[in-house]
Amino acid sequence: MPEADKAPALRAGLVVVGAGPAGIAAALAAARDGVDTVLLDGAPVAGGQVWRARQGVAAEPVAQALARLAQAGVRVLAGTRVVMPLPDRLLLIDGPEGARHLLWARLVVATGARERLLPFPGWTLPGVFGAGGLQALVKGGWPIAGRRVLVAGSGPLLLAAAATLRGEGAHLAGLADEAGPTAQARFGATLVAHPAKTVQALRLAASLAGVPWWPGWRVVAAEGDGRVERVLLARGDRKRTIACDALAAGWGLVPQVELGQALGCASGARHGAEALLVDAWQKTAVPGVFAAGECTGIGGARAAALQGEIAGHQVAAELVSAPPPPRALSRALARERHFAAGVARTFPMPDRWHQRLRDDTLVCRCEDVPWSALRDQPDLRSAKLATRCGMGHCQGRLCHDTLSTVMAWPRLPARPPLTPAPLSSLLASDHPHPSTEETKA
Amino acid sequence: MTAAIRLRIDGRAVQVRSGTSVAAAVELAVPGRGAHVSPGGMRRQPLCGMGVCGECRVSIDGRAHRLGCQTPCADGMEVRTDA
Repeated sequence: MPEADKAPALRAGLVVVGAGPAGIAAALAAARDGVDTVLLDGAPVAGGQVWRARQGVAAEPVAQALARLAQAGVRVLAGTRVVMPLPDRLLLIDGPEGARHLLWARLVVATGARERLLPFPGWTLPGVFGAGGLQALVKGGWPIAGRRVLVAGSGPLLLAAAATLRGEGAHLAGLADEAGPTAQARFGATLVAHPAKTVQALRLAASLAGVPWWPGWRVVAAEGDGRVERVLLARGDRKRTIACDALAAGWGLVPQVELGQALGCASGARHGAEALLVDAWQKTAVPGVFAAGECTGIGGARAAALQGEIAGHQVAAELVSAPPPPRALSRALARERHFAAGVARTFPMPDRWHQRLRDDTLVCRCEDVPWSALRDQPDLRSAKLATRCGMGHCQGRLCHDTLSTVMAWPRLPARPPLTPAPLSSLLASDHPHPSTEETKA
Repeated sequence: MTAAIRLRIDGRAVQVRSGTSVAAAVELAVPGRGAHVSPGGMRRQPLCGMGVCGECRVSIDGRAHRLGCQTPCADGMEVRTDA
């Protein structure tokens, strides 16, 4: 007997997927205007990636937001992921209470971003992490004190990660950012138009005083016997070798578009990465489905919160005739977009990445598929069928991102289940019973 | 927040601070061991820290392929990295 037959379906006026800055803002705005709202997130504690809980304790902005959400009557489902969208405005969700159906009148997709993690020789060695990845692990208690860490890749996230790691007692062996000194100086000049961000940047820089900084240097390889012991960096013909216990490497962020795509939302390239397309009210091409925050293009936490607020107000306007989103939100969002465009120009996805891969570099970590097996394939579908690349646990979230960029292959549509789910939950997808709701609309 | 959680990792008794992820507990118990073995036989450690890459997956209380980085430790948990 499928589990979801036993658990009655839930329903809500608004369902928000993702409890980061965008999702929280959307849920708050709609609920305060009188919309019955459910907010769900796969993590055990809300906050998303930017407001990540530390040792299970919610970050300060989240603690405040959770109190406001409770006050507004938002039902928060933590540790709950969307397995797949079903017809008739139903979602199949899986969480601590098992698989359930969730019926929505409006849906806000606020699935955020993930770190762009690119393959290079040695990247599968233990001790090699994403930059935001290691930062997140450390907030969950991963021991880092006294360990020598090299932070590398590209983008402002590297500074934030480095600051967290140092704060937890790591010894920073250095910070290598592929963006060269000229590009960084130009970016510094654009900061002037954004005083709050200047203060933030200066604070980060101060917390990293004394750490070797190598602008324009890129990761060539991680090496070591069974785990990372040293990292090779290069700038043009110059090379250096850094001894370290860990490498934290990331190349910015990419939008998480899978749920939006599975719902049928249109997507397109934004700042060099696939993003969900929305209008000025955050509406997607699918009736009733909105998208807000990083899944619509990388713009930062402030932009995400503004988009969420616009979406929440618009949902309330449609469902309970609340006033439309205030115009001031759109003006503030335009300013944030200007800044985000500067970040994207300064820290682009590096080109000619294939030149950094060796024959035996594993492009697909889940299935251990080397570059040599992939480079002569005609497209992503053939590569997948011939090599199992993208058929493992991550469902292509890492390697298909890489290959669609490096090989300029069109992406494959996201296919459910969106999250590896127990068979019992998948069986439940055949038996939606929205008539057995346990809660009011 | 500082309350201790007791669990077992590959049969070994481990004590961690409340709020510690299973992924971190594995590293605390056996530094460098990693969470699982790739199809090609390589030991792997978590990469993304946010439940995307799956390199943190372990067996928890007999359920295979649980995401260690997304799961807080709980008293009495049985975690296996060798399953």
